[in-house]
Amino acid sequence: MPGLGTTLGRGGATTALPDLARANCVLIQGSSMAEAHPVGFRFVVQAKERGAFIIHVDPRYSRTSALADLWIPLRAGSDLVLLGALIRQVIQRQREGRLAMVEYLRCYTNASFLVLEDFQGPEELDGLFSGWDPESGAYDASTWAYQRGEDGEPLRDETLEDPQCVLRVMERHFARYTPERVERACGVPPKSFHRLAEALLANSTPERTSAFCYAVGWTHHSKGVQVIRAAAILQLLLGNIGRPGGGILALRGHASIQGSTDIPTLFDILPGYLPSPEAVEGEDTVASYVARHGRRGGWWCHMEAYLVSLMKAWYGEAASAENDWGFGWLPRRDRDHSHLAYFLEMLDGGLEGLFVMGQNPAVGGQNAKLERRALGRLKWMVVRDLVEIETASFWKDSPEVLSGELAPEDIETEVFLFPAAAHAEKAGTFTQTMRWLQWREKAVDPPGEARSELWFIHQLAKRLIARAKESEDPRDEALRALDWWYPELPDGEPDPESVLAEINGYRVSPQPKSEEVEKAAAVHPRGGSQLAGFAELAADGSTACGCWIYSGVFGPDGVNRGARRQARGPLGQGWGWAWPADRRILYNRASARPDGSPWSEEKALVWWSEEDGWTGEDVPDFPAGKAPQTPALVGSEGLAAHRGSDPFLMQDEGVARLFVPQGLKDGPLPTHYEPLESPVSNPLYREQGESPLAQRAERELNPWAEPQDPRYPHVLTTYRLTEHHTAGGMSRFLRQLVHLQPELFAELPEELAEELGVEAGGWVTVRTPRGAIEARALPSRRMQPLKVDGRWIYQVALPFHWGQGGLSRGDVVNDLIPIAFEPNVRIHEAKALLCAVEAGRRE
Amino acid sequence: MPLLSLLDRWPLWRQLTRGGDGTGPEAYSARTEALQPRTDGAKVARSVCPYCAVGCGQRILHKKGRVVAVEGDPESPINAGKLCPKGAATFELLTHSHRLEKVLYRAPKAAQWREMPLEEAMDRVVERLWESRKRTFEEKDEQGRRLGRTTAVAHLGGATLDNEENYLIRKLFTGGLGLVAVSNQART
Repeated sequence: MPGLGTTLGRGGATTALPDLARANCVLIQGSSMAEAHPVGFRFVVQAKERGAFIIHVDPRYSRTSALADLWIPLRAGSDLVLLGALIRQVIQRQREGRLAMVEYLRCYTNASFLVLEDFQGPEELDGLFSGWDPESGAYDASTWAYQRGEDGEPLRDETLEDPQCVLRVMERHFARYTPERVERACGVPPKSFHRLAEALLANSTPERTSAFCYAVGWTHHSKGVQVIRAAAILQLLLGNIGRPGGGILALRGHASIQGSTDIPTLFDILPGYLPSPEAVEGEDTVASYVARHGRRGGWWCHMEAYLVSLMKAWYGEAASAENDWGFGWLPRRDRDHSHLAYFLEMLDGGLEGLFVMGQNPAVGGQNAKLERRALGRLKWMVVRDLVEIETASFWKDSPEVLSGELAPEDIETEVFLFPAAAHAEKAGTFTQTMRWLQWREKAVDPPGEARSELWFIHQLAKRLIARAKESEDPRDEALRALDWWYPELPDGEPDPESVLAEINGYRVSPQPKSEEVEKAAAVHPRGGSQLAGFAELAADGSTACGCWIYSGVFGPDGVNRGARRQARGPLGQGWGWAWPADRRILYNRASARPDGSPWSEEKALVWWSEEDGWTGEDVPDFPAGKAPQTPALVGSEGLAAHRGSDPFLMQDEGVARLFVPQGLKDGPLPTHYEPLESPVSNPLYREQGESPLAQRAERELNPWAEPQDPRYPHVLTTYRLTEHHTAGGMSRFLRQLVHLQPELFAELPEELAEELGVEAGGWVTVRTPRGAIEARALPSRRMQPLKVDGRWIYQVALPFHWGQGGLSRGDVVNDLIPIAFEPNVRIHEAKALLCAVEAGRRE
Repeated sequence: MPLLSLLDRWPLWRQLTRGGDGTGPEAYSARTEALQPRTDGAKVARSVCPYCAVGCGQRILHKKGRVVAVEGDPESPINAGKLCPKGAATFELLTHSHRLEKVLYRAPKAAQWREMPLEEAMDRVVERLWESRKRTFEEKDEQGRRLGRTTAVAHLGGATLDNEENYLIRKLFTGGLGLVAVSNQART
């Protein structure tokens, strides 16, 4: 989540669902929260009952819109124009001297920082930023930088008048994001836009706060990261981050999706957001890695301690100062090794084996047809799931096999389908959408030979390590070095609390123990030496820690804080544990004025008191004893380089970044580009239609529509139903859910249905260059035609949960979606495409 | 047994002699009296809904090693006992008849699954993984920089798994085996 990460410092939701109840205005965009996160939506309803103004911006009128005070339909893929225009409106308010939270803007963001004179943006360069190299197709970001004084510190203009200060640079950047352009690009009339802008401005003051909620409707775009950036910028300009009833809530779709980025099963980061080492010069030692990725200012000055502690957790005694903590054993990346990238390599015959654990790419993958073809090029595949999902059975019942295009004997892949344990059949933690870790107790044993992933990996590891110990091959050194110490339970499962203890971190040579700690040690394997938090981690090899941001979840007292079930207060403290350090609202120093007093009595959260230091309702996301007047020590390291009024402690600058000088490939400020398949040319930058860095996967099986392709005149978007879950493995096999949502359907405007001569319940075929699917027609006024760039546009919305397996079968909607790459996180574009719709069933 | 006492065990008789509309205690039979809620005597495991990322608390009620009911946890500050249609279907998710209980194996080009004992399947997977890794391991790149990896074996999935599971996957796959192509649903 670099959209939030580069702007605010951490890639996670800044707030908690229950806190939404305290908002005076809630903007939900890129999400149908009432349908995809219904129980979380109850806090929005509570806010409404207390008088809050609720806004839903979405192409589709849903149950979320029904409960909102204002629904604004827009063209899918145009969100950034609307957000950019809101940013412009707020800056205008500042220019007029009428912005309520201007002190927040001046003190807590880099609005006052001066940008290099050489920097140029899309205003000057027809949609591009300075540093663009058409040869390599990449930016040289050296001009995206601050002006610095002789002491190396960034220059600021606290009056916000210097034409080179970030706020004035932004004013020029967003100058063309006018309400008129919003109307042209999004199909949103100026009247609706002004109501939206006024609601946000009126509810973003010292006494009032606004919150934003979003989901994959904002992220699954070829510019997804910049959409999130725009939202974060807007919330900073309005002064809402870190305050009660404010913030940005990323609504995520899987039970532990936040956990799976914190402890990432991802190629480019190690646990705790440490970058995975690359095969480049100057990254072969811990020292050179830290020199490249670490920061002098801000919390990341501790990177070395976190990396060395991770190496100690993985390699135990085998990691020593002499062998550079085993850093050389880590594999190096040298290209994109993410899901879609390696599936393309698989299609080209470059992979032999694949482990699939709890994901169903044959249905949920992008261009699922291409992904199924790729699976057929593997030598072997292991699938672990609750049921026989389509990914496991593609060789016998994929649409290609059912149509006779392929036969099982054409497919060489050897498949092992292992039955998996469900959530109630194993103990462990999930990290949910607002960074809370919640421990689940095991209720019963899994059925038959079903086992947990913990069991599977542990049993695999034991066998592999034993093999490695028999060999002397230097390539197996890392495997021999692994510290695999976990106590085994009678069923062969490693004790999950021992794994959590390692994630939490422990002292390698235990300190003298108190009686209480001794008692805990008797119960928990690392009990006596577990660390109380990441502040105790060291770079000298004396500590081990599997994920530094989780340190503190299972401390020396042996209390598993993920298992706590005594909630108190509006933020639920005492229930589970939130990373980092049980802080429920991130950057909550910003809930007080620079002088440490609350912005208002109504919106007090954390404040400074001479007697107690930082105190209040939440754990301060700030050094507890650092007074608001503390000056920054120029040239010093870590938090000493920050003032007592700098709330964003992960950032070098101590403030949030409206302008991001480093860390993003596609520009320091969000810019609207059209989706890779769009019905219009870019209404903002005629020279630059799409993101210069977004990539289309070039494969015969991944064809694209032409710009404004007359064969595909409509906009296609996809979404989730309340009654189904992602690719269906956990919902299409359940009678209860299939009764509620029995069949795939396509939502389309009544006008389009009339043109096609299709009635509700009749069949339609939806076609893209990748393929065609059939669905029942659901014409409704929920999908309104929009007037965009002078012509009427119809939008079609498809839920994507169906496949060949289960109790309810239907075509795979993701067969329609192309494989494309957003430049920063390599996400695909599924929320704004082109399609054709025909009456009747597909051939 | 006196006739009156025998008659008194007949719900219709009780209703005729003592009134009531037949929905109250007058309609109880001995079997009704003996009925208990299916959750009676069940143990409770504190759990979390496995579907979306809201993180609703669940109480898994179980008896003699079997799940008997799944309820929303009324004490959770997130859901206060409520569950959505998916969360409310969790009991069926855990107990439905399509759950796999055996390892299924499909040989290359085969048209059918066959069952395989768990231990045999584990041994075979270790064999495939070991051989593929050995065959495709890259020590260094063309410029002599260390790679120490294989890109020919990949992993997918994680957003539905536990933190402890993702941790061990990464420790073994990345830290031990040198797999770099590891990915899950969270790329946003």
